[in-house]
Amino acid sequence: MRLRQGQFSFLPDLSDDDIRVQAQYAIDHGWAVSVEYSDDPHPRNTYWEMWGHPMFDNPDAAAVVFEVNECRKEHGGKYIRVIAFDSTPGWESIRMSFIVNRPATEPGFRLVRQEAAGRVVRYTIESYATREPEGLRY
Amino acid sequence: MNEPRPTHVDLARSFEDSGVRDVLRELDETLVGLEPVKSRIRETAALLLVDKARRQIGLATETPTLHMSFTGNPGTGKTTVALKMADLLHRLGYVRKGHLVTVTRDDLVGQYIGHTAPKTKEVLKKAMGGVLFIDEAYYLYRPENERDYGQEAIEILLQVMENNRDDLVVILAGYADRMDRFFASNPGFRSRIAHHVEFPDYSDGELLHIAERMLAAQNYRLDEGARAAMGEYIAARRGQPHFANARSVRNALDRARLRQANRLFNEAKGPLDADTLSTITEPDLRASRVFGGGLDVDRRTRQAISQAAE
Repeated sequence: MRLRQGQFSFLPDLSDDDIRVQAQYAIDHGWAVSVEYSDDPHPRNTYWEMWGHPMFDNPDAAAVVFEVNECRKEHGGKYIRVIAFDSTPGWESIRMSFIVNRPATEPGFRLVRQEAAGRVVRYTIESYATREPEGLRY
Repeated sequence: MNEPRPTHVDLARSFEDSGVRDVLRELDETLVGLEPVKSRIRETAALLLVDKARRQIGLATETPTLHMSFTGNPGTGKTTVALKMADLLHRLGYVRKGHLVTVTRDDLVGQYIGHTAPKTKEVLKKAMGGVLFIDEAYYLYRPENERDYGQEAIEILLQVMENNRDDLVVILAGYADRMDRFFASNPGFRSRIAHHVEFPDYSDGELLHIAERMLAAQNYRLDEGARAAMGEYIAARRGQPHFANARSVRNALDRARLRQANRLFNEAKGPLDADTLSTITEPDLRASRVFGGGLDVDRRTRQAISQAAE
């Protein structure tokens, strides 16, 4: 099951050139672009591992593509995303986030039912991948 | 999607449209002397313009190697020309942003194991889309210390210069003789650099011209006596140690302005007009130690040497 998270996730995978253009858009708006990776695709997993520092003072997006490719060398089997942080007062949050790399196979999510007090049933989802310990997923 | 390729290109049009003419004219007007440098830049601009036209027609596909080396004595305008070069490459579309990142050994080489690679990569990333200007590049290579981290920085630089040719242009700068030795011991650099530009020293007349321009830019001027004194100053300064062409002139003028301000402060009794405030006179320059045979330290050293010789 293809993970649909962040921008452009219903489009075909972005090429390096697409990534460059999108990252340049963020840089031109003064947002700090950074690269992150994770092997836990749960939608509520907000904090992914950082790949290097956020790039505050790179005027050109070629640097972002360079870092994405460096990250792919190390973590090619995991999810990698590019995020853009807007520090202007009132925003102080992520303005852009898109996945640029995914594992070869994405097993998807299973529905978990938990029986609670009375006849209440609580529903949640769990990624099949996260049944394995960290580092052995995908 | 695919537009048909044009069958003709108008070089004069693209020369005009890209704004290269403006950059070259600015170069001619703002830089005194430096004839060989200017003609090299004109040649390079012509080459790139033709290459761009060839690409439009579909004759060429490879990005030409644009890395350069600027060699010359201090104060001959290497950084200034590098700034112009970045602008030129930007207008021709060979770099996307056209900014100049100036670094020296300290910015590239780390202090402990594992520090150099991230540091160098950080600088390279900052320079992407623009021009990386490495001043006194030969300091990167220290043959006397085999554990020096400079070698690591050189390897990363070479790799990025080769693989990310579309993303950044590297300009190495430094004194001619030491750069030659640097290239001799790092053949990888020599082969990756297409354009070697040599900056000649300025003549005395050119330096005087530069001095007047520097002052004019700050709304100062030299009177007749000061002009003659400046000419003598330049001739005398050239023979003394640490002469740095235009930079020495700038420093001399800064000190002359200091003396002028001091003189006005001590002598002025009534209100001063604009002319008095902006004129540098002969005594302001004559007070320089250069006329007395250089800095006290240098003079003492020389005396000690000559005494030892006797």
